[in-house]
This record gives sequence, structure tokens and C-alpha cells, in this order.
Amino acid sequence: MAVSDALRSPAAVRIADEGPSQRPNKFKQAFPQYVAVAPFFILFAIFGAFPVFFSIWLSFHSWDGIGQMKWVGLEQYSYLLTDPTFWKSITNTLIIWVLSTVPMLLLALLIANSLHNATRFRSFYRIAYFIPNITSVVAVTMVFGSVFSNNFGLLNAFLTSIGLDKIEWLSQPWGIKIAIATIVAWRWTGYNAIIFLAGLQAISSDIYEAAKVDGASSRQQFWQITVPLLRPVILFTAVTSTIGGLQIFTESQVLFGASGSIGGPGDGGLTIVSYLYDNAFGSNQFGYGAAIGWALFILIVLFSIINWRLIGGSDDERITKRVARRAQRKIAAEKAGKEYADAH
Amino acid sequence: MRTERVREVTSHVVLMLGVLVSLFPFYWMLVMASNTTPDIFAYPPKLLVGSHLLENMRNVLSNIDFFGAMLLTLIASLGVTVLVLFFDSLAAFAFAKYEFPGRNLLFGILLVTFMIPSQLALVPQFVTLAEFGWIGSLKALIIPGAANAFGIFWMRQYAKGAIPDELISAAKVDGAGFFRQYLTVGLPVLRPGLAFLGIFTFINVWNDYLWPLIVMTDPNRLTLQVALQQLNGVYGTDYSMVMAGALMSVIPLIGVFIIGGRHFIADIAAGAMKF
Repeated sequence: MAVSDALRSPAAVRIADEGPSQRPNKFKQAFPQYVAVAPFFILFAIFGAFPVFFSIWLSFHSWDGIGQMKWVGLEQYSYLLTDPTFWKSITNTLIIWVLSTVPMLLLALLIANSLHNATRFRSFYRIAYFIPNITSVVAVTMVFGSVFSNNFGLLNAFLTSIGLDKIEWLSQPWGIKIAIATIVAWRWTGYNAIIFLAGLQAISSDIYEAAKVDGASSRQQFWQITVPLLRPVILFTAVTSTIGGLQIFTESQVLFGASGSIGGPGDGGLTIVSYLYDNAFGSNQFGYGAAIGWALFILIVLFSIINWRLIGGSDDERITKRVARRAQRKIAAEKAGKEYADAH
Repeated sequence: MRTERVREVTSHVVLMLGVLVSLFPFYWMLVMASNTTPDIFAYPPKLLVGSHLLENMRNVLSNIDFFGAMLLTLIASLGVTVLVLFFDSLAAFAFAKYEFPGRNLLFGILLVTFMIPSQLALVPQFVTLAEFGWIGSLKALIIPGAANAFGIFWMRQYAKGAIPDELISAAKVDGAGFFRQYLTVGLPVLRPGLAFLGIFTFINVWNDYLWPLIVMTDPNRLTLQVALQQLNGVYGTDYSMVMAGALMSVIPLIGVFIIGGRHFIADIAAGAMKF
């Protein structure tokens, strides 16, 4: 978007009109600007672009990092497709992602709505809700690990005290996933609530006034005005949660890394990135690690496109107008229906 | 009027419940860090802050080089932050305020690099650093992250709106070259944007785990997060000590955030709205 704007700006057109004779001079004049933008491109070339291309090359080889690289063609990828542990890491990651993202975004919406209605203590709330997000995952995972602990965890103590059986949270595939999803949701709910709040504050109060005049209840206003108008913001949080969710690693590594099996009992907490880490840096299979990296990349692109298609897609202004019209129509219709029902 | 009142009260009830959930893990961290390990294993569990905090903290200090790890993390975080602020703002200033051949192409490339997930090239990045002989050294933590696409993109948006063209023209008339214009016109105006980018970068480097886990292989030179996990792995049965370590590791950042976080939160939200 930014790029096409700049292309259309008059200054850019002027450069194009001046013809080839002026060109070398232009380049020379712009030397300081090239120096200014160079550090990023140089660093990216060395630590970004080169590794990306190298990882394609690497994924066609078998290599332990020390000996000779051995060309194996597409073997790493064909093995990947039939590797049950790899597929398990994908389903684990997706389950943890759903378990964390859905409650997280719904709670964030509820909190944002409350923040929007509350006039006092706003700064206090914002800080309190944001603190989990700036706290290190390692420390947080240790605390939650103890809360979910099989023997002495707070959660099991609570279950025992109300007469229920203990649950071996960290020994069962589902318990592990719930524990990890809880950590993720705890860290990101406040962050998303703050983002939603900014979205809410950007909605013009005129629309609500109009809806009120038409007799819409606050629930109707929330679902028919607030949620649709928040679409671009919801898209942002959905995309960032997806990208973050597919890269979950630290939680299971801190919970189980020391036990020798990075995925925990039954590999219940084995995520895509932890499988990548385990193959590359645990058992020195660099080629296979690189292939898993590419699989992860494809998944991220795929899910970002799905998000975009589901939630976003068209331009804000049009959505705003369309939604406002639809909301007013619907509210009017419901009101008419109610009046009809009341009358009869 | 009354419905407004009811709405305000319900909102505060919901929000206070949320705050309790948000802050409870910190309280629980303190409870575990200030009791003994047998107390933690007892049933019913102790729910109040105990009196063994200092003893547990001393145990942390005698088991791992806590302050060494904290210093290393501080140097890495500050190093990356300073370099990112300089390189990103300089590039953003050029992209936002000057015409030069290839500008749009370069900026387009920069946007494309956004899409690449950091774990994609993890293995070759490690191999590259090993070739340079940087594994285990601070360079591995600082140099690869010294400039980034996010910061340049964000600062460019900021610079476009914040720096008036007239100021740059005036500086040009005075005979100032590009770098002098950056120093005298760009930097002062960009200061609020730099504050946000600085805090953001610092927090990210301070809390990063996967990258330092891979490149900091010398057990005597670990970042705080990796050292903490080491403590957890080796002395995992001494829960109260591990929790004391966790508590000590999160306090500095939270302290700084409570003092200076308000603007930061507003900027995060504003950034998401531009998306």
C-alpha cells in the first residue's frame, strides 16, 4: 500500500521524466541515503537472505553439521510427509492454538468492552492487563508448571479440597495442551484487549446514537455494530495470534526440556518448532531441521491467507458503510417485528 | 442515567476479576519463593507469603551466576536497542523524507522480508554464525538483530507525519548535509517514536529464549532466561529456590514498565490500528 502511494507521488514522476542523462548524477547525489538504508540490507543479506537460500540447499542434504554434506534430493521432504511424529507436532500445535486463541480473543473482547465503558482507573487497568505480556515466558511457565503440577499443584489441591479426584495434568496429552494453552492465553489476553480497545475508541459515537434512536438494545449494538466494525482490528489480532501460535516453543521446552523428552509424556506438548529444535540441535540432523522449517513457513502462509479470506478482504471504509447500513436495517426490522408482536 | 451507572459498575466488576487473574501468578510466585520447598509440597498448600525469601534468593546466587547472567542480558539488550534505534531511524528518515532512485523497490523488498518467520532459517543462521566463530559470544546476540524491518517500517510511518518538510528545506538552505539534517531535524522530532521502539526492542531481547538457547553455548555465559531454565533443570526439585530465581528475573522489567509503560501501551495500540 505504502509503496504504490509513493509511486504515484509527483516527485517520483518527476524523476522518471528527466531522462537517462540525469540518472548517474541522481545516484551520486543520493549516496548518503543509500548509506542510511544500507545497514539493514547488509545485515539482512547475511543473517536473513543467505540463510533462507542456504536452508533450501540444506534441506536437500543429509548433514550432521560436522562431516560431509550428502545430497539426498527430496528424501527429507518425502520422509517428513510420512513421519508420524511430525504430523503429531502439527496437530499438537493446532490444538494448542485453538485452545488458547478462541477463549483469549473472546475474553479480550469482553475486557475491551468493559474498559471502554469504565471511565475510572483506566491507566491502572491498562498497566495491570499488559504486564503479563512483558513478563518472560520462561518465568511464567515455571509458575504455571507448578500450578498444574500433578502432586502438589494448586489446581489439584483445589480439586481435592472440593472432593474431586486429582488430574495428572502434566502427564496426559490433553492436560499438557490445556496447561500450555493457559500460559499462552494468560500472556496475550490483555495485549489483545488493549488493541481491541483502540479499535472501539475509533468507532464514531454517531453510529451508536443513531442505533439508540432506533431503539437498539446494548446487546444488539454490540453484535451488530461493534463486532462488525472491529473487523480490521480482529483481523490484526487473528493474524498475529496465528503466526505466534504456530511458533510456540518455549512453554513445552521449559516444562519438559530437562526431562530429556522435549514433547513431554506421550509427546503431548511436542510443537512444530520444538520438533525442529530437537532434530536440528538435539540430534544434529540439520537437513531434516531445515525441511521442517520450510513446512512451518508454508503453514504460516496458508493460515495467514485463510485468516485474511475469512475476516478481512475488503477496504475499511466500504465495510464501515455497509455494516452501518445493515445494522440499521436489521435493528429497524427487529423493532418493527417487536412492535408487530406487541400489537398482537 | 441509571443504566450508565449500572454499566460502569458491571464493567469494574469484570475488570477487577480480570486484574486478579492477570496478577495472581505474580503473587503465587512470591508465595512459593518465600516459603520452603517442603511447605510447597504440603497439603493443604500455604497460600500466604512466608519468611524464607532472602534465604531462597541467597541459594539462587550461590547456585548460578545470576548477576553475571543479568549483566550479559543487559548488555545484549542495550546493545541491540541502541543499534536498532540508530540504524532504523536513519533508514526510516531517508525512506520517509527523500527521493532517491530505487527507493520504492528497496522499501518493497523490506516489506517482503517482514513475512519471513524467524525460525525458517534457524539452522543455517546457526551454521553461518559458527563459520564466523561467533557462537557463544555477545556478537551472536547483538549483530544479527541490529537493524530490523519492523522498526524501519514503523519509524517511517512516524517520520512521515512528524517531520515537516519546511524544517528539512531550512536545514538545506543553511548548508547542512543529509547526516546533519538527520541529527538536527530528524532525531529531535522522532524522539517519542524512538522511546516506543526502544522499549519494544529492549523487552524483546531481554525475554528472548530460543535464539540465546541456541547460540550461547558456554555454560558460564548464559542470558538470564537460559540461566533460569538451567536452574530449573538442574535444581528442579528445590521449587522455592527456582521460584525465587524466577521472581528476581522478572522484577527489573516490570518495575521499569510500571514507571514508563503508559505511553508504550498507547503506541502499541496505535500501531495495530494502522495495520
